[in-house]
Amino acid sequence: MPEPGGRPAGCALVTGASRGIGAAIAKSLAADGWPVAVNYRSDGDGAAGVVAEIEQAGGSAVALAADVAGPDAADGLLAGAEAHFGVPVLALVNNAGISADNLISMISDDEWQSVLDTNLTGAFRLTRRALKSMMRARFGRIVNISSVVGLRANPGQANYAAAKAGLIAMTRTVTVEVARRGITANTVAPGWIDTDMTAGVESGLSVNIPARRPGTPEEVAACVSFLASDAAGYVNGAVLTVDGGLAA
Amino acid sequence: MSVTTEQVEGRVIETLASFGPDVSQITRDATFEELDIDSLDLVELAQVVEDDYGVILKGEDMKELKKVGDAIDLIVSRAE
Repeated sequence: MPEPGGRPAGCALVTGASRGIGAAIAKSLAADGWPVAVNYRSDGDGAAGVVAEIEQAGGSAVALAADVAGPDAADGLLAGAEAHFGVPVLALVNNAGISADNLISMISDDEWQSVLDTNLTGAFRLTRRALKSMMRARFGRIVNISSVVGLRANPGQANYAAAKAGLIAMTRTVTVEVARRGITANTVAPGWIDTDMTAGVESGLSVNIPARRPGTPEEVAACVSFLASDAAGYVNGAVLTVDGGLAA
Repeated sequence: MSVTTEQVEGRVIETLASFGPDVSQITRDATFEELDIDSLDLVELAQVVEDDYGVILKGEDMKELKKVGDAIDLIVSRAE
């Protein structure tokens, strides 16, 4: 497949892409011409559905199982994507995330660590691994999915907020380290998005959102598509909130 | 893997030249500072060396390297 805009041949890897925001991002990047590796941890049927949708739309995709919290996940996922598509991963979207909400006094060590492992350490390992090929290609797009709670406090989410704020800081550091290799690293910080993860959230919260409604996964995906595009080559180290004005 | 010093020297010079300095400047005695080779360039050199020779250079290894010859000698010794 010819590469849009003259970027080097590469594929995209989206973690946590079997549903919700990740699935929307995978489909959006595929529509932009990226071959997409759809990572999932447990929902193989969901990932297969995303792959089928992409293929029906004329795109190229593969489902890859891995728990990004595992120490070997990054090598496995990158190698799997590169072996399947025959090109390096030049767009990495660290989207996989879990939450284990509680007031900080009630957060167990396990709840703290598991959220950090998946949401932050997983992204670190994947970024470290992906940069190898991005640096050689003199091109790369890293988009990390943070959250408005990484910018603005929300009670009951100390572990999640710490991981998401850490993601913002890590992303900015990546930017200043590798920007001169044609690599961009940006953060997207969604607010309240209508997904399975927020299904239990009280709907009355929408009165606090200036837009007075939750966002959609597609509205987040559109921002990721832009940041992964050639057009966004000079956007680097940014935090793009997609929150209906919640963090404004 | 067994490689000759000449092979490693050629690959190192070729890689360093891709970062900017003229090949004629890249001698064994040239320092990375003189060549304007920075830490990110050395990270990339380490990746080339790992891919080509299976030699893994860690952060602490790279910090010790001052001259082109240091890098060549280290890679050759590790590859033996």
